[in-house]
Amino acid sequence: MTQRPITEDDLQSYVDNALNPERRAEVDAFLAGNPALRERVDTDIAYKLALREALAPIASEPLPARLNLARLADERRKPRIAGWTSAAAAMALMLTGGAGGWSLRLASEEPRAGIGSLAQEAADSYAVFAPDLGRPVEIQAADEAQLVSWASRRLDRAVKVPNLSAAGYTFLGGRVVPTPHGPAALYMYDNGSGTRLVMLTRNMAIDKNAPMATDDNGQVTTVSWASQGLGYSLAGPLEPERLHTIADQARIQFGHVS
Amino acid sequence: MRDMMVLIEPLIPGLRRYARSLLRDADAADDLVQDCLERVVGRWHQRRTDGNARSWVYTILHNLAINRIRQQTRRGQHLPMDNAPEPALAEQPTQESQLHSRDITAAVDRLPDDHRAVLLLISVEELSYAEAARVLDVPVGTVMSRLSRARERLRRDMTDSPQVSHLRRVK
Repeated sequence: MTQRPITEDDLQSYVDNALNPERRAEVDAFLAGNPALRERVDTDIAYKLALREALAPIASEPLPARLNLARLADERRKPRIAGWTSAAAAMALMLTGGAGGWSLRLASEEPRAGIGSLAQEAADSYAVFAPDLGRPVEIQAADEAQLVSWASRRLDRAVKVPNLSAAGYTFLGGRVVPTPHGPAALYMYDNGSGTRLVMLTRNMAIDKNAPMATDDNGQVTTVSWASQGLGYSLAGPLEPERLHTIADQARIQFGHVS
Repeated sequence: MRDMMVLIEPLIPGLRRYARSLLRDADAADDLVQDCLERVVGRWHQRRTDGNARSWVYTILHNLAINRIRQQTRRGQHLPMDNAPEPALAEQPTQESQLHSRDITAAVDRLPDDHRAVLLLISVEELSYAEAARVLDVPVGTVMSRLSRARERLRRDMTDSPQVSHLRRVK
């Protein structure tokens, strides 16, 4: 039986100890007959060890307080309480009067309207449905026509599902979901390696036409816009720049020029 | 949240090392790691449970680092390497072997960013080729060819520049 030829990948894997014992023995035998390559591989190994040794001290430094994971997790849970407290403080200040109360009230969380509220709804839908491994959608992509007719009926206007496959996201399916502003159509996408996107679309009472707005609540990014009374918001755990590019693709398919 | 502590906390020292080796600036690197951890905390429940937590976290950090490097380049604030604070990468040499190790970090610093990233992820952070491919969002074949070229460059750089001339030669 003839042996598979030794490749450059084998030599790299040899340096990284990533070969199975049989292949490693074959590479060893090959290198025994090639002193120049043997020396090259040994040099690579020596540099690898030297680099690890040089960088090791960084990993053994004590962690600064700001990289304390438990604390970061705690701080993340706090804002809601902090919001209530500062709202209460603002109320108190407003009661005692003065411009200070007004500015504090502005600083606390405002109820959102228009595009901002749509973005919130998309983020909420994302949080509920995207992690659902069992039943993320009610109607599968295969029954897209059924989904479109359901959503069009509930929204009382023709809707269409954008195709995001150019960005690597496959349409999984969707459902109609409730929002404080009436029914919305939800479309879900998956890139095959664990990242999902949700697109939410509904009728807009205000902000009937709005340019794209990006928001990142720390958990999920949203890109939202509206055209001719229909609002769209794309939500996903991506960098705003990247999500915006994908949202642009959807927007082009809706035929919106602006 | 407890599984997050168990899976993520042990990765933090390595994340700092990777960020610092890429950015060559200890403070900026810790900013980046903090940013990364905040995202991890915020997105933890959206992570696919069958996914690999380590490559997921390194992916977040890597993307933040690349964005930052691009911003620096755009703003023209890229640190010239010979002005980079020396201790950012290496401790003062205390032994014979570490004299050599200072040269190696200088040589790695001179690699193009994408070659440096591959070399650090594989050689130092001990990610598998498949994990590194996920982090860098490239095929495994690309990881292999970048690794090969990075090591070749490193060998050439280390042999044809004797120790003393290094620092002067850097642009």
